[in-house]
Amino acid sequence: MLELHAITAGYDRRAPVVRDASLTVTPGEAVGLLGPSGCGKSTLARVAALLHRPASGTVVLDGTSVRHYRHRAPRAQRTAVGVVFQQPRLSADPRLRLSDLIAEPLRATGRRASAPARVAELADTVGLTPDLLTRRPHEVSDGQLQRACLARALVLRPRWLICDEMTAMLDASTTAALVRVVEDYRTATGAGLLAVGHDQTLLDRWCDRTVHWDTVTSAARKTPA
Amino acid sequence: MTERPPAPVPAPAETGAVTAPPPAPAAGAAKTEPAKTEAAKTEAAKTGAAKTGAAMTEAAKTEAAKTEAVKAGPATALPAPPAGAGAAGRAPVLSVRGLSVRFLLPGGRRIAAVTDAHFDVAPGECLALIGESGCGKSVLASALLGLLPANAQTAGSAHLGDLDLLTAGERTLARTVRGRRIGLIPQSPAAHLTPVRTIRSQTEETVAQLTGERNRSALRTAAEQAARRAEFPLDHLDRHPHELSGGLAQRAATALALIGDAPLLLADEPTTGLDRDLVDRTVDELRRHVDADRALLIITHDLAAAERVADRVAVMYAGRIVELSEADAFFGAPGPRHPYSRGLLEALPDRSFTPIPGLPPELGDLPDGCAFAPRCDRATGLCATLPPVTGPVACHHPVPAPARTPEDVRA
Repeated sequence: MLELHAITAGYDRRAPVVRDASLTVTPGEAVGLLGPSGCGKSTLARVAALLHRPASGTVVLDGTSVRHYRHRAPRAQRTAVGVVFQQPRLSADPRLRLSDLIAEPLRATGRRASAPARVAELADTVGLTPDLLTRRPHEVSDGQLQRACLARALVLRPRWLICDEMTAMLDASTTAALVRVVEDYRTATGAGLLAVGHDQTLLDRWCDRTVHWDTVTSAARKTPA
Repeated sequence: MTERPPAPVPAPAETGAVTAPPPAPAAGAAKTEPAKTEAAKTEAAKTGAAKTGAAMTEAAKTEAAKTEAVKAGPATALPAPPAGAGAAGRAPVLSVRGLSVRFLLPGGRRIAAVTDAHFDVAPGECLALIGESGCGKSVLASALLGLLPANAQTAGSAHLGDLDLLTAGERTLARTVRGRRIGLIPQSPAAHLTPVRTIRSQTEETVAQLTGERNRSALRTAAEQAARRAEFPLDHLDRHPHELSGGLAQRAATALALIGDAPLLLADEPTTGLDRDLVDRTVDELRRHVDADRALLIITHDLAAAERVADRVAVMYAGRIVELSEADAFFGAPGPRHPYSRGLLEALPDRSFTPIPGLPPELGDLPDGCAFAPRCDRATGLCATLPPVTGPVACHHPVPAPARTPEDVRA
């Protein structure tokens, strides 16, 4: 279970972006979180991915509550979550070749030996040709780079996937291709998914259950809009 | 602001029909209410003509007639098209013929980013250019604005009125085209806005540059009006770009692009990162500008947005426009005819949600024949040769339109 209880988080203590938000994803479930621009859904996704320390509230990951975030989080918890961000350009180190980009999590966790085989396998899964793997981010398109970012998120075989507007920058065909990769992975491993986005049609098609931002935060629970 | 008074003088009489409007609103029009703006514009056009002599009078009259027509509203048929309009329709604002862009890379590699593009955009019309990422859409936009890097080579022509944008000098482009005759709504507003200044300061600067307005309070009002037009919340005007969400930054950039009242708007992915409601609002706002007799070239991969706003659709694949058709026919019945366009539509989540197999080809290593053939289920040996553009579609085996109308047979 990935449980978020009464999360309040933000960048300014006096004006938190997320107030008292709660959300639960059960193993194998795909939950779509739908909300308008700037409502704080990306911040909540960052909390769920252990990348942002909430001001209050608790995150429970597979029964263990999370005490530390970012680099302080224990490795077992960190590697249980794979994240894909909205902007591949901003989430890829411009100095790394795509093959190194995908292999980076393996290196960081001391599994360097398994990298070449795993990268080749994943490149095939996400549809990257060997030629593309030798390039650096500025030499590939957004769609191709996002494919690499998805491969990087899957390389440690996470039990949870957080896709924060993964497809917002992409065209229809690449969107459908990446969603298929995620779904194939989930079918094979039973991983849970939190997909954040603002395209209701897409999330309804993709996820088992779509929740609207208003129903996640407490303000709306008390006074339904 | 200094170039405003001499602007009508170097403009030759034949370009007057298009060049007259940009300096016109400068005569205080920005301050007046929208209803009065048109009248003020006509007045300004007349005064401008009186000052610059007899040569300008004809152009000014045409302009005045056009302004009258605009005032009457887009719903009524436009009488007396301006000089130069053919019998078939009105003279296009932008006319692109055989536009190609090549990037030369070290080691002698050549990237064919755009190849042989032909299209027109008429006033009051919206053309949507759609295609997968990395197919050359944005390069086309940069070429039209003269913003290509130094290692790019262009061929063909892109006429904006009588000005060929591909051969025009940097000085002409910077002083009379960008912002004044072509408004650009950029792809990533975060990179477009100046990070160290507030939105208000950038908006006021743009107003001052484009209209010559100096008065502080008038600038403030005009900037707020510009923000309101793009639905940018006024209480966010004093923020810096990094304090805005993606949607708000996009609206700030849209507000800047609309200030110059340019006859052609170029929107490069204006809806990236916006939620569906905001996409609809942005697109409707753009549509309002089209209905006010401006031309809009919208580059997008958001097919839903394209469907909402476009009159015509151009599908681009691997640098070539492979299909150009009416939006109604494209999104409704009989549907697109190029297999690639079909694949794009079928990838939508509210259709079959199946991706097109394979990846787009490398623009530096295009096959001699149809670039889509390796991914196409209708491909045959014939596809090793380049398909000619027959009618609206460039394909050897286009999907036949189910119900053949006489137009299709002729095409």
